[in-house]
Formats: sequence, C-alpha cells, structure tokens
Amino acid sequence: MTYTIVNHVLDYFELEQGGLWSLIGAIAVWAAPITGFVAIVGLVSIWLERKISAHIQCRLGPMEVGPHGLLQTLADGIKLLGKEDLVPKNADRALFALAPMMVFAATFVSFACIPFSEKAIIADLDIGIFFIAAVGSLEAIGVVMAGWSSNNKWSLFGAVRAATQVVSYEIPLSLALLAGVLCAGSMSLVDISQAQGGWIWSWFIFRNPFMWIMFLIYFIASLAECQRAPFDLPEAESELVSGFHTEYSGMRFAIFFLAEYGKMYVVSAVGVVLFFGGWLSGIPAIDGIGGITGNLIGAGVMITKSFLLVCVQMWIRWTLPRIRLDQVMDLCLKYLLPISLVCLMLIAVWQGLMPTFDEFGIAMIAAMALGFMQMRRIYRKAIEASKTRLSLPTMKV
Amino acid sequence: MLFQYAHALIGFLFGMVFVALQVWVLVRLLSPKVKEPMKDSTYECGEPPVGDAWVRFDMRFYTMALIFLIFEVEAVFLFPWAAVYNKLMAITAGKPGAWFPFIEVFLFVVILAIGLIYVWRKGDMDWVKTTMHGRFDDKHVYHVADDGNPDKKSVA
Repeated sequence: MTYTIVNHVLDYFELEQGGLWSLIGAIAVWAAPITGFVAIVGLVSIWLERKISAHIQCRLGPMEVGPHGLLQTLADGIKLLGKEDLVPKNADRALFALAPMMVFAATFVSFACIPFSEKAIIADLDIGIFFIAAVGSLEAIGVVMAGWSSNNKWSLFGAVRAATQVVSYEIPLSLALLAGVLCAGSMSLVDISQAQGGWIWSWFIFRNPFMWIMFLIYFIASLAECQRAPFDLPEAESELVSGFHTEYSGMRFAIFFLAEYGKMYVVSAVGVVLFFGGWLSGIPAIDGIGGITGNLIGAGVMITKSFLLVCVQMWIRWTLPRIRLDQVMDLCLKYLLPISLVCLMLIAVWQGLMPTFDEFGIAMIAAMALGFMQMRRIYRKAIEASKTRLSLPTMKV
Repeated sequence: MLFQYAHALIGFLFGMVFVALQVWVLVRLLSPKVKEPMKDSTYECGEPPVGDAWVRFDMRFYTMALIFLIFEVEAVFLFPWAAVYNKLMAITAGKPGAWFPFIEVFLFVVILAIGLIYVWRKGDMDWVKTTMHGRFDDKHVYHVADDGNPDKKSVA
C-alpha cells in the first residue's frame, strides 16, 4: 500500500494509523490544502481565461485590481457573496439546491486521485483512472438536475444537450484512458506516472505511433466533457441565454463556475499523467531527487504541465467557433469512436510485439518535429496565398 | 486500501458541505433580502413565462443514451483487461497461445463493432434522422416521402 499525505503526517506526529486520527487527518487534508488548491486553481484559471481572451482579441483585459488584474476574480467572488440568493417560484427547490453541490462535489472528489508528486496524493486508489471517469460523469447528473429543477426552457435545453454530449464523449474518453492503462499495466495514477520514468522519450505520448492520436482524441473529448468551446452548446450564450445555469445567480452561479474551472484542471492533470509523464520532468537527474525537495519539484512540474494544457484549452476556446449539435454527435460517434477503437487494438498489438522499446520515442519525437515543420510550411503558404488574394482588389483601386 | 476509498467519500461529502456552508450560511449572513414577486418568476427573455418547462423532449436523446450504454459497458469491460494485458502477454510469450490475450479481446471488440456498424447503417447515429414522413439530404433540405398524397410537397 502506498503511503499518502495523511499517513506521512500521522507518522510525523507518531499517531496511530487507521484510527480516529486518520479520519481527522483526512478531513483536515480535504479542508485546508485541497479546498485552498481548488480555490486558487479557480481564481488563477478565471484570471488566465480573461487575460488570454483579451490578448487574443488585442485587448488588455482586467488591469485595475491588483498587479495586471490578478485580484479581479477575488473581487468578483466577494461581490457574488453579497448578492441576494434567488430561487425561482416554480423551481423544484430541493433539486435546485442540490445541483450545485453535486457538480462541485463531483469535481472536488476527482482531486483525490490526482497525484501532485510521488507522495503528494490524497488517496492512491488502485482503480484511480476508473474512479475519475466515474465521478466525472456524476457531474453530468448535477447539470441535468440544475436544468430540470429550474423549470426554465433554456435550462432544460441546456441540460439535455449537456447530458447527451457528456455521455457520448465519455466513450472515446474512456477508450483514450484505456490506452494509458494498457501501456502502464495499472489503473493507479501513481503507477502510470512511474511507468514513464527516464528520459523524455519514455513518456507515453512517444511510446508508439498511435499514442499521440489517442492524446488528440482524449483532448477533444475532454473539451466536450468540460463543455468548453467549441463544444459549449449546453451554455451557448447566443442561443440559450446561459444554458443550464440561466436561473442561478450569486454564489450558486459562482460554484458552477468554480466547478467548471476545477474540472478543466482535473482533465488536464489526467491528460498529463497519462501522456506527458505526470510529475516527471523527463530528465532522470531531476526525477531522481527524493525526499521533500524532489516531491516539491515534482509538484511544480505537474502543476506547470497541467496549466499549460489548461492554457491550450483556453486558446482553443477563443480561436474556434461553436459547432452545431449534429456536428458534435457526428464527430463523436462517426470519427472519434471508430478511430479510438482501431487505435486501441493497434496499441495492444504494439504492446504485444515490443512492450519495453522506449528508444522508439526518439524516432517519434523526430517524426513529430518534422511533421510540425511541414504543417507550419503549408500554413505559412496558405497565409501568403490569402494575403495576395486579399490585396488584389486594393491594387486595382 | 479500503481507507483510501473512505478518503474519496470524505472528499465528496466535504465538497457538498463546503457548498452548503457558502450558500446557506455565508450568503445568508452577507446578502440583502428584498421581497419582490417579479424577481421569483422564471426567466423567459423578459416576457411572462408561457406554461411549464417540464415537458417531453426529443426521442433522439434517448437513442443517444442507448448507444452510450452499449459502448460504455464495453469500455468498462476493457479496463480490467488493459490493466493485466502486459502481464498476460509476458506469461504467454513463446507458448502456443501467445496472442490469446489479444485475440480474445479483439473478437469482443469486433462483435461490438458489428453493433456499431448496424446502428450506423440504421441511421441512428445521424442526428438529423430519416423519419417516416421524409428525410433530410446532405444539404439539410427536407424531402417529404412520396406516398401518393398530392398535398405533400418538398419543403426547404
């Protein structure tokens, strides 16, 4: 059994394991570091989202509260605390109150299995990945609760769309998770990270030629799971007011937002663990440092990698337009599902043929770099072509 | 190991309590409460709401739920296989049934893939589906089925 944060703290104070002190320790760990971390992730992500969207649109974004508007989200949070708590007259009050709890708790509990570093994990479940996939779908139940209980047509449409979308994308998402499990031979996130030890080419994304396809599928599916653009149909502002949380205001609304940004971090962290080596930096000398220093470096690496993926999610949100519901379903069932099934089988064959051929990763990195340069060349050409096409009419004038 | 699961349960309950504390204690202490009947009405773009929102909705959502059930259960069955696959392959390597762990699951996936092809051919994967009364073509133009009734015409 792996030791986790609580066990280490109990050992330090020479207290009995598994008794009352373990229970108190568990509650304390959830109450202080994890709640704090979720709150900070929420605050930083919302600030990042505003800044990234602003810079993509050639604006500055929030600049007034704190340095570069860093405390703007905190100010907004305090403002929302002071807002009146409204429940519509026709709503189902019990479900209406339960929905934000359900959505938040489902995201919150996913943090249990996400390792920050080798020892810094709340509960190293042996079915970690499975657990995260399972509680990830619990959030959809919360969203349906919110939409149905509001007794509002916009909310109902948003909720039904959210349920369909989350439920459909759960399939390619699970198959992509399976790819990581297949390569590591374990469902625990700690074991999966440790299986990618060594140089950077030991990371699972370079393991075989199909892993990066699986990563793309995972990333697309996780965007849909978080209901982020281009899959933000459940809260499409231009057609559904704000979807399932139309009737929510004040703190309950803020809870939905906190859960959404928490979920973004969770899916990014799982993606990092499965495909990008988790807390491992890809340099054996750094990963070899044990003790508190090593764990702190690991946590830093893990959080940095996850936030990089969160930034990519935001970048995509402010680049791509929303797609239609039939396109969402087509993409999932007609493209992602067959591709991921075929890829999974091919990965199994590869694992059977050469299970420990880590050096293949060097070839993979080279191939990916070449492909990237080629794509960049084609892209540049297309831009040049469009420039000449655009400048023709002006030359006539 | 069981205590690790208790951790997760504690986390779930704690998340719920955290929200409840904020919504029912903190907000109740800090926020104003002004009674006004119009505030409590359902939002429908500023108009008085028409009827109830608890209505029946499209059948297609249920079809999606059914498709989900089939393939998600498939994924659930594949998880334990994936976790032990490497070990199984190491055990059977060089023996007559070397590829048995793969072939077994491959057949399982193929059988489900046949189901996938069936659903696809049947048209249940198309969001804009062929119906009894007509069909949509590739450009999303609706054609009413020609059943000899002169009142029905093709509508765009």
